[in-house]
Amino acid sequence: MSPLDRKLLRDLWRIKGQAAAIGAVIAVGVLLLVMMTGLVTSLDETRRAYYERYRLADIFAPVTRAPERLIADLAEIPGVASAEGRVTGAALIDLDGLDLPLRAQTISLPDFGDPRLNDIYLTDGRRIDSDRTNEILLLQSFARAHGLEPGAMLSATLNGARRTFRIVGLAQSPEFLYTTATGELVPGDSRFGVSWVRRAALAAACDVEAAFYEALLTIGRNADEAAVLDRVDRLLDRYGGTGAYGRADHTSDRFVSEEIAGLHATSKSVPPIFLAVAAFLLYIVIGRMVQSEREQIGLVKAFGYSNLEVGAHYFKLVIVIAAGGGIAGCLLGVAAGRGMITLYTAYFKFPFLLFQVDPGSFVTGFLVSVLAASAGGLMVLHRVFRLTPADAMRPPAPADYSRTGSIGHSIMVFLDQPSRMVLRRLTRQPGRMAGAVIGIAAGMALSVAMISILAGFDRTIALTFGVIDRSNATVTFTQAVSAKTIFELRRIPGVIEVEPVRVVPAILRNGLHTYRTAINGLVATPRLNRAVDSEVRTIEMRSDGIILARGLADLLHIEPGDSLTVEVREGRQPVLRIPVTGIAESLLGSPAYMEMTALNRVLREPYRVSGAFLRVDSTSADAIYRSLKEMPTVAGVSLKNDTRVAFQKMMDNGAGAMRYVMLAIAAIITFGIVYNAARIAYAERARDLASLRVIGFTKAEVAFVLLGELALVTLVALPLGSVLGYHLTFIVAEGYSSDLYQIPVVFTPESYGLAALAVIGAAIVSGWLVKWTMDQADLVSALKTRE
Amino acid sequence: MIPPGFADNDGMKPQILPVAAFTTTGLTKVYGEGRAAVHALRGVDLQIPAGEIVVLLGPSGSGKSTLLNIIGGLDRATAGTACFQDMNLSTMTDAQLTRYRRDHVGFVFQFYNLMPSLTARENVELVTEIARDPMDADEALALVGLRERTHHFPAQLSGGEQQRVAIARAIAKRPTVLFCDEPTGALDSTTGRMVLQVLKDVNETLGSTVLIVTHAAATAQMADRVIYFADGAIREVVRNTTKLTPADIEW
Repeated sequence: MSPLDRKLLRDLWRIKGQAAAIGAVIAVGVLLLVMMTGLVTSLDETRRAYYERYRLADIFAPVTRAPERLIADLAEIPGVASAEGRVTGAALIDLDGLDLPLRAQTISLPDFGDPRLNDIYLTDGRRIDSDRTNEILLLQSFARAHGLEPGAMLSATLNGARRTFRIVGLAQSPEFLYTTATGELVPGDSRFGVSWVRRAALAAACDVEAAFYEALLTIGRNADEAAVLDRVDRLLDRYGGTGAYGRADHTSDRFVSEEIAGLHATSKSVPPIFLAVAAFLLYIVIGRMVQSEREQIGLVKAFGYSNLEVGAHYFKLVIVIAAGGGIAGCLLGVAAGRGMITLYTAYFKFPFLLFQVDPGSFVTGFLVSVLAASAGGLMVLHRVFRLTPADAMRPPAPADYSRTGSIGHSIMVFLDQPSRMVLRRLTRQPGRMAGAVIGIAAGMALSVAMISILAGFDRTIALTFGVIDRSNATVTFTQAVSAKTIFELRRIPGVIEVEPVRVVPAILRNGLHTYRTAINGLVATPRLNRAVDSEVRTIEMRSDGIILARGLADLLHIEPGDSLTVEVREGRQPVLRIPVTGIAESLLGSPAYMEMTALNRVLREPYRVSGAFLRVDSTSADAIYRSLKEMPTVAGVSLKNDTRVAFQKMMDNGAGAMRYVMLAIAAIITFGIVYNAARIAYAERARDLASLRVIGFTKAEVAFVLLGELALVTLVALPLGSVLGYHLTFIVAEGYSSDLYQIPVVFTPESYGLAALAVIGAAIVSGWLVKWTMDQADLVSALKTRE
Repeated sequence: MIPPGFADNDGMKPQILPVAAFTTTGLTKVYGEGRAAVHALRGVDLQIPAGEIVVLLGPSGSGKSTLLNIIGGLDRATAGTACFQDMNLSTMTDAQLTRYRRDHVGFVFQFYNLMPSLTARENVELVTEIARDPMDADEALALVGLRERTHHFPAQLSGGEQQRVAIARAIAKRPTVLFCDEPTGALDSTTGRMVLQVLKDVNETLGSTVLIVTHAAATAQMADRVIYFADGAIREVVRNTTKLTPADIEW
C-alpha cells in the first residue's frame, strides 16, 4: 500500500463522523432510488406476469343482456384474439351475527373446465366440480376477513332469491387486485366480496339462458384498442351495452397503475435532492481538508508527485465515501424494498410478489452517487492543482475579511466583537452560507410538506365523512326503483331523514378528454350528501346543468359555462350536451352532480331512485339495518363509519405508509445537513476558537461564536424552509392525488411549527455534539498549528 | 508573620523585594503512558520574580513551551505544583483557569492567532470587552506603534504588524504576566527587533512580567534572567548583569 493510500485511510478515520453523515445522505438517496425503482419493477413485472398467466382480458364490455352467439361476432372483430362471455350479478351474502348483508359480486365460471379469460388463482380448497351448482368460491381476502373456510356453508341472495352454497375454495383474481363495491371508491376486504359459481347456477338464478352480461376480450399485440372498443360498442349497442372499456380503465388496474406511477415519479424526483446535498457537503468537507493540508500537498508535490497523483489522492477519498454510501444505499434499498413489498402483497392481493431489484438501479444509484460526489470533489481538485509547492509551504495569509468591513457599519457599532465575528463570517462567504441555509431549508421543506400531507389526509377524511356526507348510511337499490321506496324507508322507526339519489353510469366527454364515471342525481337542496364549494357551502342543484368535482373538471379541461357531452350508459342511453354550471370540492372520487328530476327527465324515467342517504337515530340503528335487510329492493347498505375506517386503513397501509417513510427521511436529511454545517463551521474555526479560549474567553463565550453562526443560519433557514415547504406541499399533494382521491393542501400552522421544531432540535443536538468536541479540544495543539 | 514579598530587614522598615510571580516545585509533565511515555518536564523547581523579563532558552523539545503552557494555565502538570502569586494553578478548575487567563495573562504566539474576521482594533477590543481594567484599544495599538492601521484586517497587515496587533491585544488588559511563545519566530530580524522592543516597553511601562520562550539565543541579551532548558529540566539560570536593548542585539 502506498503511503498516500495509508494517509487516505487515516484521513477517513479522522473524519469518520462527517464521512458517515455524508455517506448516510448518499445512502438514503440511493436507498430510495433502489427501493422505489425496485418496487416499480416488481409491481409492474408481477402484474404483467399475473395478468398473463391468468389471462386477464384486455377489454371489458358489460351489457344488459346479449345472446351468446354474439361472442363469435366479437371474436371476428379485427384485432381481437379471443372472446368469452360470462354472467355477473350482484349478490348479498348473509352471515350470522351481522345485521347487514354484505355486498358481493358473483361471477360465472364456465360449466366445464377453466375460464379461457380472467382465470382465478386458487389459494385454498379446490375448484368447483363441473356442473355442481351449489358450490362457490370466495375471494380469499373477503373470506379471511370473515373467518370463512372451505367446507363452510354460505347463504347468498342472487337476484332476489336466497340460496345456500358450500364454499369449496378460496381464490384470488387478477381483476380484483383492489376491490370496491360498485359505485364506491374505498376498498375494504370485509365490506365487499367476490364469489364465483358455475355458470349454470348463476344463469338459473338470473333467469338467463344462452346469454351473457359481460364480454371479455383479448386483443393482438398490434391491435388498435380504441378501434376495437368502437366496434365492440357498435355491436353491443342494441343489447344494452354500457360501454366497453380497456384494462387501463378497470378500477383495479387503474388503482395499481396510480400507485406505480406515483412510485415512479417519486423515484425520479426525490433521490436527486439527496445526492445534490451530498455533493455540496463533500465539496465543503474535502475543500476544507485540502485547505488545512496545503503544506502537505506542497511537500508531496515538492517530492515529485504530479498534480494528478495528488489530485487522485483526494479524489479517492470522495469516491470511497460516495461508494460506501452507494453500496450501503443499495443494500438497505433491497432490505427496505423487501419490507415494503410484503405490505404491497397484502395491499394489492397479488398471489406472489417478489421484490425484484432492478439491476439498472444498482448501477444508476452507484454511478449517480459517485458522479454527484465527483462533481463536488472536482471543484476542490482545481485548488489542489493550482497550489505550487512553494506557495503551499508558506503559511497562507489570514482569510481576507476586508471587503466585509463596510457592510452594515451602522449595525456593527452595536455589536460586541464575538457577534461581529459571527456576522462577518456569514457575510464573507455568502455563497457557502446560502448553501447551508438552502440545505437546511430543503430538509425542513420536505418535513413541512410531509406533515402537511398528513394533515391533508386527515382533512380529506374529515371533509368527506364529516361535512360533505352527513348521512349515517347509504342504501343502494338493486335497480332504479319507484320513489315510493323512499317513503317506505321513512316509515322505518328511528330513521330521521331520507334523501333519495339517482346514480347513473356515464361517459363524460370534452373534446379528446373523456372520463368514465357516474352522475349523482341529487335533490335540489341536498342536506345529507352534498356538493360543496370551496367555502364548504352547499351547492344548490340546478335543473339546467351539471356540476363537476374540481379534479374532474381539470381532467376534462373544462370550465363553468362550457358544454359537456354526457353519454349516459343506462336505460335508453341518451347522449346529452349539458353546460357545466359549477365546480364542487370533492376529495374522494371525482363525482359529477345533476339535479335528480332533471336527470330522470332526460332518461325519461320519472320518479326513479337508485339509492338513498339515511340519517338514523343511533340507538335504533341495529333494528333499522335488520329492517333494510328484509327489503328485497335493497342491494346493499354501506355504513359511513365503516367506510371511514376502511379509508383510514387504506391511507395507513401500502401506499399511505410511504408518507411515514418520507417523513423519517426528511428528518434524516435535515439532521445530516445541520450536523455537517456545524461540523464544518467548527473545523474551519477550531484554531480561532482555541485562541479565544486562551485569551480568557469561557467555554460558553466561545460556544457563542461558533454556535451563533449555526443559530443564525438555522434562523434564516426557518422562514425559507416554510416558504419552500408551502410550495413543495402543492407539488407533493399533486403527486399523491389521483382521480380516486385528492389530497388538499392544508395550511396548518402546526405542520410548520413541528418542522421548525425538528430543525431547531437537530440544530441543538448538532450544536451540543460540536460543543462537546470543542470542549475536549486541546488548546495547546490548536495554537501550534497554523492555518 | 511576614507577608509574602516582604523580607525581614534587620527588624527595621520593610523593604520591597521582588515578588515571585511564579513558583514551581517538582513540576512534571508526562505525555502518553508506559513505553510511549514522553517526559516533557522532569521535576522543575523554579521561581520567576515579578516585573522581570525572563527568557526561556533551549532546543526544541526541551520542555520550555510545556512549562509556559502550564504556568499560562493552558495545560496541566502530571505532578508537582505551579503557583501564580498565592494561587495554586495545579488545583484550579477549568473555569478558574479561564478566569486566571482572562484577568492576569497576556499571550503572544508565533503565528499571531488573530481573528481574521476582526480588524486590528476589534481584535484588541475582543479583550478589552471582557477585561477588568483594560486600557483603551487605541492606546494599546499606539503602544505598539500601530495607531494608523487600526481599521485594517489581519489580511491587510504584514507579519510584523500582525504580531504587534497580537501584542496590543495581549497588553490591553494590563496583564500581570505576558507569555510570548517564539514571538519573533516567523519574523525577519528588523521586524523581530521591533517586536522585542515593544515587549520591553510593555515591561517598563506596565510593569508586567514578560516570559519569552524562544530558541533564538540572541533574545537572551535583553532579559533580566535567562533560564536554560534541556531534556525537560532547568540546566542553568543566569542573571544578566547588563541588559541590551533589542536594537543592540546581535541577531
